[in-house]
Formats: sequence, C-alpha cells, structure tokens
Amino acid sequence: MKSIEKLMRKMEPDHDGKWAKFHPLWDGFYTFLFTPGETTKTGAHIRDGIDLKRTMFMVVLALIPCLLFGIYNTGHWHYYLEDPSIGYMDMFWPKVGYGLYKVLPLVIVSYAVGLGAEFVFAIKNQHAIQEGYLVSGMLIPLIVPADTPLWMVGVAVVFAVVLGKEVFGGTGMNIINVALTARAFLFFGYPTMMSGDKVWMSGLSEVDKLPEGVTGATQLGELATFTFDKSEWAYESISAFEKAWPLKESLIGMIPGSVGETSVIAILLGAGLLLYTRIASWRIMISFVLGGLAVGFLANTFAVNPYMELTPLNHLLIGGFLFGAVFMITDPVTASQTPTGKYIYGFLGGALSITIRVFNGAYPEGVMMAILFMNVMAPLIDHYVLQANINRRKKRLKIKSA
Amino acid sequence: MSKTIKIRKGLDIKLVGEANKVKATAEQSASFAIKPPDFHGLTPKLIRKVGEKVKAGTVIFFDKYKEDIQFVSPVSGEIEEIVRGEKRRILEVRIKADTDISYEDLGAVDPNNMTGEEVKAYLLKNGLWPFIKMRPIDVIANPEEQPKAIFISGFDSSPLAPDYDFILRGDDEAFQTGINALKKLTEGAIHLTLRGDVAQDKALTSVAGVQINKIKGKHPAGNVGTQIHHIDPINKGERVWTVNVQDVAMIGRIMKSGKYDASKVIALTGSEVKNPKYIKTILGTSINTIIKDNVEDGNIRYISGNVLTGDKIEADGYLGFYHSQITIIPEGDEPKFMITKGWMSPGFDKFSMNRSYFSWLMPKKKFELDTNLNGEVRSFVMTGEMERVFPFDIYPMHLVKSIMYNDIDLMENLGIYEVAPEDLALCEFVCTSKVNIQSVVRDGLDVIQEECM
Repeated sequence: MKSIEKLMRKMEPDHDGKWAKFHPLWDGFYTFLFTPGETTKTGAHIRDGIDLKRTMFMVVLALIPCLLFGIYNTGHWHYYLEDPSIGYMDMFWPKVGYGLYKVLPLVIVSYAVGLGAEFVFAIKNQHAIQEGYLVSGMLIPLIVPADTPLWMVGVAVVFAVVLGKEVFGGTGMNIINVALTARAFLFFGYPTMMSGDKVWMSGLSEVDKLPEGVTGATQLGELATFTFDKSEWAYESISAFEKAWPLKESLIGMIPGSVGETSVIAILLGAGLLLYTRIASWRIMISFVLGGLAVGFLANTFAVNPYMELTPLNHLLIGGFLFGAVFMITDPVTASQTPTGKYIYGFLGGALSITIRVFNGAYPEGVMMAILFMNVMAPLIDHYVLQANINRRKKRLKIKSA
Repeated sequence: MSKTIKIRKGLDIKLVGEANKVKATAEQSASFAIKPPDFHGLTPKLIRKVGEKVKAGTVIFFDKYKEDIQFVSPVSGEIEEIVRGEKRRILEVRIKADTDISYEDLGAVDPNNMTGEEVKAYLLKNGLWPFIKMRPIDVIANPEEQPKAIFISGFDSSPLAPDYDFILRGDDEAFQTGINALKKLTEGAIHLTLRGDVAQDKALTSVAGVQINKIKGKHPAGNVGTQIHHIDPINKGERVWTVNVQDVAMIGRIMKSGKYDASKVIALTGSEVKNPKYIKTILGTSINTIIKDNVEDGNIRYISGNVLTGDKIEADGYLGFYHSQITIIPEGDEPKFMITKGWMSPGFDKFSMNRSYFSWLMPKKKFELDTNLNGEVRSFVMTGEMERVFPFDIYPMHLVKSIMYNDIDLMENLGIYEVAPEDLALCEFVCTSKVNIQSVVRDGLDVIQEECM
C-alpha cells in the first residue's frame, strides 16, 4: 500500500505547476484509492466512519442484483423471440452471454461518458470530483431498454450531467434526479426507441415475423393500448389479462421491460440492503408504495373500465413502480428533506405514478413523470413543513406572552 | 419531583479509555494559564504585566466592553508570559505558580444573607462570574440581564464524560452554597437535571431550593441545551443562564471560605491513556504533570474537554476554563487504502451510526477512534441523519443551511436561539458530507449577537 501511495504522491501535480489545473482529477483518483490522512481541524475531533463514497458504494451494491438479473432477462427475451416455448432456465449460458453483450456496453458508455463530463467540470470549476455519478451511472443503463443505441445513451448522459446537475453546482445541488433526467431526455427525444412494442425484447426490430401470440409489448403497453381503443384490445377482461401475465412472473422478473426494473425479487434485495444500512429513507419508500396502493384501491372501487379493475398488487409488481420506489424517489438530494415531508412526498409520488398509468394513455408508465414532478415539488413540501415548525415556535411565544 | 423526560433520538459513542473511579492527585504543575479564547467573543483588557506577582484570586484582566466581568488568577505566582496570536490577540496569560499557593482574601460570605445585587457583585469582582453562561449565544452571561431560569445539568452524557455524581460525592455543602448563591440571581427556577435511570448521590439529589428534573436517553440528553428545550424552551428575547454542576460547587466553596480555591476533579480519558482515572487538580493547569508517564507513544492528539466539543491542545497545553476532562486519542493522519481500511473495507473497527460497516455486528464494542475525517468535505447529500441524533423540535439541516446563506430571519424562525454549537456536535459527527457544523453554528450565533441582541 505504501508503494502505491508513494507512486500516487509522485504523480501529484504541483499546485502552481504546468498541470496544476488537473489537480482535481488527480485528487479524484487519489481519494478513490486512499481515504486522505486529513484530520479534524475544528469541531468534533472524531467523525463517523461513513463518507459519501461508502454511501454511494452501498447503493451501487444494492443495484447489483438488478443488474445481474437484467443481463439474464435481456438474453431470455432475445432467445424467446426465436422460440417462444423456451423455458426460464433453458440455454442459460447463451442468455448470459447475449445479455452481457447487450448490457455491459450500456454500463460502460454510461460511466465513461458521465464520469468524463464530471472530470471536465471538475477541472473547469476546480472543484473535487464528487461521487454522485457513481450511482447515476449505474442507474441509467438499468432504466433504458437493452436495445437503446449507445450513442443515444451517451448524449442523454451528457445532457443529464450538464443540464441536470452541473449547471446547478454539481452533486448535492441538483433539483431533479440525474438518472431520470437522462431517461426523460431519451423518452421525449427518441420516443420510438423508448416506448411502444418494438423495444422491450432485445433484437425485436430485426425479426421479420413475430412468433404467434407475441406482440413484444410490456404489460403496461398492453394495458395502455386498451385506453386508446377498446375494440382492438387483446384481452376481453382484466381477469383474462391477469391470467395471461401471472404475478409469479412479475415477481421473479421474467417479463419484458427496461434492463433492471423487471425483477421484484432483485429490487427487494437491494431495498433490504439500503434500508438495513439506513442509506435510503424508509419513510419515502413505504409511503410511495402506500400511495400507489391507495390510488390502486380507489381505481378499483370506482372502476368504470377494465384498466381500473387491475388489482393494486398488480400495479405494484409490474412496470418500474418498485424500482422507482427503491432507487429513484429515495434519492436524498432531490427528495423532501424533512421527516414529515418525506411521508407526503413519497405518498404523492406513488399516488401520482398510478394515476398517470391509469388515466393517461399517452404514458403507459407514470413513475418517471411522477418522480420528476415530485422532485420539483419537494422544496414546496419542505417549505410547508418548516412553516409548521416555525408556527409552533411562534405559538409557544404567544402563549407565553399572553 | 417532575416526570422523567424520555429522549429517543441521540447517539452514544462508545470509546475505549473510560476513567477508573479513583480520585488520584497529580504533582502540581509549575505553569498555569488563563486562555481568553475559552470565553467566546471576549476582548480582554489586561491589567497585569509580565513579571508581576499575583495571588490566587488576583484580577488579571477584565472584559473590555463589560468592565464588571473580571478574570482572576487560579494560583499564586508570577505572570510568566503573555502569548499573543494574530493581530496581537491574547491567547494565553501564563502564570508561574508558587509551590504553596497564597490566596487573596475575598471575604467569606453566606449567600443566604445577601441580596441578589450583593451576590452578583461578589461573583463579578472575584472572577466567578465567567462560570455563568447564557443561552442563547452560549457566552458569558450579561450581568445586566434577568434570566428566566438557571439550568444546571447534573451529568454529562458525551463520550467518556466525567461522572459528576462521583466527582461531587462529599461536596454537599459547597454545592448547596453555590445553589443558594445562584438562587439570588433569578426570580425563576433553578433546574437541576439528573439522569433518569441511575440512582445518584445525595450531593445532587438532596439539594434544597432547586427543581429536580430527570431525563433519560442517549447523548445529548446530558447537554443542558437539550434539557432546556424539553423543560422550558427559550423564546426570542428570553435569557437562560447555565452553570456546569462542578462549577456550582466551586462557587459555593469559594464563597464559604473566602479564598479562590479553584481546585477541581477532572477525568483523564481516551484510548491513548495508559491508566485513565480522575485527577484532582486546579483550574487552568498545564497538563504536562497530569499526563506524565501515562500516555502511549506515537502521534496523538490532546484534547481539553471531550472528543465532540473539546479544544485541541499541545502536550504542554492548558486545561480549558470550562473543561472537566482531558481526552487523548490517536491522530489519524495516515492515508487509508480503500480496501484494507478505507471506504471499501468491511470496517469492523469503524464506528458508524449507519450500518454500512460491519461494526454493527458488535453493538457493545468500544472503539478506538482516531481524528481522521474519514472522507472528504462535500455538499450536503444525505438527509435525515442529523435529525436522528438531534432531540430538538428543530430541523438541524435547514437551520445550518439558513446560517450558511446568512438569512437572519430564517435562523430566528428555525430556532437558533435554542441551540449552542455543542448541541449540534453529534450532527457534525454523523454528517456524511463532513461539514464543520459547530463552527457554522458559532458563526450564525455571532451574526445573531451582532444584529439582534
């Protein structure tokens, strides 16, 4: 370790030398390898062992099950197109191979481009490289379809990092979630690549003739077509739909969708880690789920069409709802920052997600829009929570003086 | 007897090096000092020169802006040196002590037979006033003001804190006298807050003339700020005075005897102390005789006070005016490789409030923490962690942010009058982004003092 440390020190650019500008870059690599020997100068003499790197590392760790499952699932649906009778575990290694071939480049491009943009800004603004992108860089490949062209991912990442984060001052200052900014950019910039029937099974666009009974759409896609035109809907009733898409498959995640969002089990593993290590807020997570369930029940109660009859549990398990609940809405920077605010924020986010799904046919999946909207609303929620606290204090004074 | 207050938020940091319950004596140091920086915001006006002889209780300097507040020598001897810092600011007034201390005759008094004004004058004249601090702002109390109450915390809950119950055993009379004196200073109550879950000595429990409150919970339950907030919170415009419990006994002892006997018992603690114990010494002592032959080798940090709020001092530095503890811990100025000791390590020896390191497997373990920052300074990212250790109806992060952007109205509204830097020490400890919150709060209080008081 000493020798690596020495080597790093040798490479350190002088603060007034030719390479001085690149000091933040060197600092980024150095602090990645070593927690600096910097000691406390003022205030508390000892500090908690945790730092932002550890925090972000935990989130990346929590995302690994989703990534691994996403790789396999991508391969599964690719081979499914060739032979719809293929079982889950058939052709295990070819599926893994194909999944890696599709997903790894997404991850690499996302990290390379995103970190590159971070480096440029660190050098330009002479600030330390902050760790926020470690998580965003892993989230972005997981929330796009596996077939998304790499250049598109690159452009979206640059857009998200620059306009979503750096213009506000970098990690910790952004208003909306960086990964969702990238996804929203793709969604509105290249809608044909991010929605519809042609993108959810890798390689679908190159297949001439779809196998019998395969549309390529996700469950939400199928449900959304219903809202448009009832006569063309493939299912007669919601129970027929539910039978065609058993909950068990959603639970395991063997359904078409974006790379990392399909498997409930993988997401719950990540959620477990985040909640146990206290990195993510359980308040937001639980209230988000409750908000979704509440609107689901309401829709059930007043159901006037089959979509509204879909059980709330189904709503939870399909689409990106749980992925959003665990990894997206809990982003501490863009979420509400007060304990009370977190309940409200999460609940409204979940409620809005399902509302968009059920009542707006143009967006089969409402989670992204709901979370982005709540990101913007979070400071407002906090404002009212703070105001309540302020009023409590003022009232105390009034009672006293009365 | 009122009901016990229960506090659910907070954090006990378990460290190695708790003081054994023995009161030892150390050889009296040859050097003592009063350090004006111990009194935040004070501009001292010196009235003694280097070489002048002083007795214990002789005035050395006074507050330039409130001339009544005087500061006296804790021992007799000769003014040895006046250490100055930037802009000739006085950092230390060092006194070379006699081996046999001679005392100024202050006149023995009984506060029960005195009026409030007489007590006040006595305390001011004889250097006892600085023991009384005020909230808000957490500085020496302004003698012209009337506090609505005086709060005394009967225990200290910070890491490795001295046990005042043990220290004050047998000091019943002095403590009672001190309380009697304080009683003359306020029309409100004197609140003495004790630990709710442990039986305590009669020096504390049987004292007359106070309202005894009990509080249960983790640190910062023992902070007087927490207790004030839960018992009788400070509103804008109100004043509360606070005195350390051992200093109450000292005030009582000095009034009774009429001589400035500034001896106190301090705890020598920390993982780098070979034999941690309680030591009877005198206010302002150099720590060199106290730590002699009792510390481990290596690169270590000496702290006057506890690890959360204390001041860094040198090996021949001096005990701070308000401190009853010396803590010695290792410096952490070695870089830590990411996999073995850094952010990717399993972290069995890293203490964290979160469970991201495996140290959560050992909830009873006592840790040997060093002074490493354990990370780099960042913008605020994580939320909710400060709220978990801050048992106030105040949003700490928003308060800190309002101070950072200097919004005085918002600071007032969010409750800055109720906090002192030490109340947010735990927030600083747990902050993932390593923001120096205590100094931010101090800056905020300085602004408030200048603009609003």
